Amino acid sequence: MRIVVCVKHVPDATGKRSFDPADNTVDRAGVDGLLSELDEYPVEEALRLAGDDGEVVVLTVGPDRALDAARKALQMGAHAVVHVCDDAVAGSDAPATSLVLAKAVQKVGSTGDPVDLVLCGMASTDGAMGVVPAMLAERLGIPQVTYAVEVSVDGDTVTVRRDGDVATETVEATLPVLVSVTDQINEPRYPSFKGIMAAKKKPVQTWSLDDLGIDADEVGLAAAWTRVTAVAARPPRSQGTVVTDEGDGGTRLAAFLADQKFI
Amino acid sequence: MSEILVLVDHVDGSVRKTTTELLTLARRLGEPSAVFIGPGIDAAREVLASYGAEKVYVLEAADLVDYLVAPKAEALTQLVERTSPAAVLVPSTPEGREVAARLAVKTGSGLITDAVDVQPGDPDATTTQSVFAGGYTVTATVTAGTPIIVVKPNAATPEPAQGAGAEERVEVTVSDAARAARIVKREPRTKSGRPELTEAEIVVSGGRGTGGDFTEVEALADALGAAVGASRAAVDSGWYPHSYQVGQTGKTVSPQLYLATGISGAIQHRAGMQTAKTIVAVNKDADAPIFELVDFGVVGDLRQVLPQATQEIERRKG
Repeated sequence: MRIVVCVKHVPDATGKRSFDPADNTVDRAGVDGLLSELDEYPVEEALRLAGDDGEVVVLTVGPDRALDAARKALQMGAHAVVHVCDDAVAGSDAPATSLVLAKAVQKVGSTGDPVDLVLCGMASTDGAMGVVPAMLAERLGIPQVTYAVEVSVDGDTVTVRRDGDVATETVEATLPVLVSVTDQINEPRYPSFKGIMAAKKKPVQTWSLDDLGIDADEVGLAAAWTRVTAVAARPPRSQGTVVTDEGDGGTRLAAFLADQKFI
Repeated sequence: MSEILVLVDHVDGSVRKTTTELLTLARRLGEPSAVFIGPGIDAAREVLASYGAEKVYVLEAADLVDYLVAPKAEALTQLVERTSPAAVLVPSTPEGREVAARLAVKTGSGLITDAVDVQPGDPDATTTQSVFAGGYTVTATVTAGTPIIVVKPNAATPEPAQGAGAEERVEVTVSDAARAARIVKREPRTKSGRPELTEAEIVVSGGRGTGGDFTEVEALADALGAAVGASRAAVDSGWYPHSYQVGQTGKTVSPQLYLATGISGAIQHRAGMQTAKTIVAVNKDADAPIFELVDFGVVGDLRQVLPQATQEIERRKG
């Protein structure tokens, strides 16, 4: 089984995330980055599904620093990294990102065994749109099964249990399939010392847009299908009243709610 | 006036409140047309017209409901190509987002997700989003194709306005490829009898501080007619089902009132509730970050504070 896992390098949510005032894009230079937490789950799931015989290729798109995120996946046990790194990609919207990912998945599949499974996290922790998996499946022309909480593969058939909007659903599809997984699916492992050492020798391929046959003007901020017109820091919530319970905390809470017409 | 398509969110014809919010928003932009996919139009017709739908497109086919996302995206694409609407509004459910995502790629259109407001613009609609755990407000427009806007619950107050509701059955074709992921089994979630979490006016959430016992949280929620939510810590501990999780990896809520009890307020939780109008917290730890956000907070043991509050609320309600 050959699995491609898409991962994203994101600004640390516990750091001070902000926007670049010059072009209203996310400021990725001013804050430490890391592997999006939600992308650790598909990496773990890929390692589990690949077993001893399979191959897990980690795919990331982004500047030089984005490789740090992919490296963590190598340390966890993934076999190889494909890093699409091209200045022209900066500022790409979700449709453009999905285009780059799709071309890269196809190129991975054309060199070596075909790709059986594409795994993604349920969303990134920065943009958090949660649409790239669906867009990628659309571009690849393969079935999508998103929000998986359990995945099993038997021969050509993938069976997924997922949290649907109103029901828990069991979905079947035939490989190749794109699956996005939630944080309920597994417990991602921590890289071991051995894993960290081994990762240093694992292959990393760097591809440009040229390598993927994508014109620079198809991607990037200028090609985005949406435009951010303004960004404003939300004024910090001014702290209201905080009281210490001295036996009347519940009554005072109810009085506040009544005051605000919630009762 | 230009036509605005609104994808109807419903369960067997029972129309969710988010749809009436979207129809209300759509009236600001043009003439709303409801797009109804799946069975149950008889139960939905009146609601859609009474919130301003001038047209109701009914896309009925078994193929559309037994498969995931792709057939609905194909059907909606065909309708968009036929009607050339000025915008498409989609409810912010996981499925809605993904139908919108595929529609965007298929039609070469810009997509905006999680809009908390939509206003008419010149020439295109302007959206407002709340990002980075509510730390920033972003306004944006679509610059290519048909604006496809995924709108969060509670983005508008539903306002009734009678529309013609002219019904049109639409034949759509679904490709074999779109039928590739088939739902073979559905287990409906047990209903709690409380309001739906993302739609609720009031949400009472419990976290680690409950110690696993949600009795007091649920009692307070019921006194207020509220939905119950849970923090990731509570869900990961197996205390409450994941479908009730509020936060980055769960549901995002924007209620009028959010009560966080026994929740410290990590950034991941705040991402799911920071746009609530009024925030109240009860926590033993006076230094819990949740208190930075509150309009009213009680430092104390929720086991004492919650029952007392519930009792007082019942007393005041008479």
